[in-house]
Amino acid sequence: MKWDWSAVADFMPHFWDGLLVTLQILVLGSLISFVLGLVWALLMRVPTRWVTWPVGAVTEFVRNTPLLVQLFFLFYVLPEWGITFSALTTGVFAIGLHYSTYTMQVYRAGIEAVPAGQWEAATALNLPLRRTWTAVILPQAVRRVVPALGNYVISMLKDTPMLMAITVLEMLGEARLFAQQNFQFTEPLTVIGFAFIVISYLASLALRALERRLVH
Amino acid sequence: MTSGLWELVLQGVWVTIQLLVLSALLATAVSFVVGVARTHRLWIVRFLAGLYTEVFRGTSALVMIFWVFFVLPPAFGWQLVPLWAGTLALGLTYGAYGSEIVRGALAAVDPAQREGGIALSFTPWQRMRLILLPQAVPEMVPPFSNLLIELLKGTALVSIMGMGDLAFSGNLVRLALQESAEIYTYILLIYFVIAFLLTRLMRGLERKLKAGIGRAPTRKPDLELKRPETTNVGGAI
Repeated sequence: MKWDWSAVADFMPHFWDGLLVTLQILVLGSLISFVLGLVWALLMRVPTRWVTWPVGAVTEFVRNTPLLVQLFFLFYVLPEWGITFSALTTGVFAIGLHYSTYTMQVYRAGIEAVPAGQWEAATALNLPLRRTWTAVILPQAVRRVVPALGNYVISMLKDTPMLMAITVLEMLGEARLFAQQNFQFTEPLTVIGFAFIVISYLASLALRALERRLVH
Repeated sequence: MTSGLWELVLQGVWVTIQLLVLSALLATAVSFVVGVARTHRLWIVRFLAGLYTEVFRGTSALVMIFWVFFVLPPAFGWQLVPLWAGTLALGLTYGAYGSEIVRGALAAVDPAQREGGIALSFTPWQRMRLILLPQAVPEMVPPFSNLLIELLKGTALVSIMGMGDLAFSGNLVRLALQESAEIYTYILLIYFVIAFLLTRLMRGLERKLKAGIGRAPTRKPDLELKRPETTNVGGAI
């Protein structure tokens, strides 16, 4: 096995470009999944099956089918319907949508973990429904679920390379491009493999620290 | 869609199922070996097993697939058939997730059971085989079921390497018809049906295994979080 440090040096500028795009996808995708997941979780609590049934079915479908095929679907089908986004926008939306079906379950667990007494107190104080949610239930529920949401951010990080399939040049896309231009596969692929391990390890350390702060 | 194109899709389904079964077998073997090794009494064995888990969980499955396809052949001088390369990459990655399930379920067995084994002077291997595993395995089925769905979704990644699985056949049909909405809808539906059947299958397995040790199956399996935890932080809600 030959290892060529000069190839690593040549790859590094591309690596930083790719890292930037990966982090961009990660931040925007997380934001979409946090917001959309909360929307799904709240819709699932609407007391009519005309809402809960379709929302449940759609999210179940999205959760149980591959993100890669969903990416292809959005990337190739939306333009046929006359909607064109850049590959990056499509990818960010797809990954955010996919993960929102996971975060929705996290929020649900968090909402169900709020003690019944909190609901009863809100009723006793005659709080309107809106205030009950925004001032009583959600602040307690969201606090509980932050660590679990963080786990999904780390999962999402490891799914960002899929956006390469729809021409986004994130870390893996940059590595493949570099490899094909220079016929050197070992170095760029190993570098980004390590980068993923390092980033997800650092993220899990940060998450553990955050969790400790939230508990106290 | 013509019947020829449907045939292409069916071939894709077959490749996906082959890949799913093979990599699920490899992942199960890896999970049990690594998961049990993490409870070993020698620290070096525990450390190596932990290192394996961290490395393979830390990196992305797709990066691992690229690595197996492009870095392994020149490094070791042998080239794997695409099916085996895909199996290797997926089995090793998802096996690392599975090893956490095995470790967690072993740790959840009542400590009195292990102590009972010691009191009866069972060897460590007898304790594992006769006392701990029979009680831990039924508890592993629901999380393994979720992991199996993740693995099914993971098999789509090999299409990027040009392997003719279900996702790849979708791309071929798209190129043939110059139209994507219909075929991708069918492909997504097929994946969903496979996932649904797998969930049913695993639920039946859970019922059977739990009946074997005189317990009722979990009432509401979908109240758990579906994704295997990425790190061991913040797992419990």
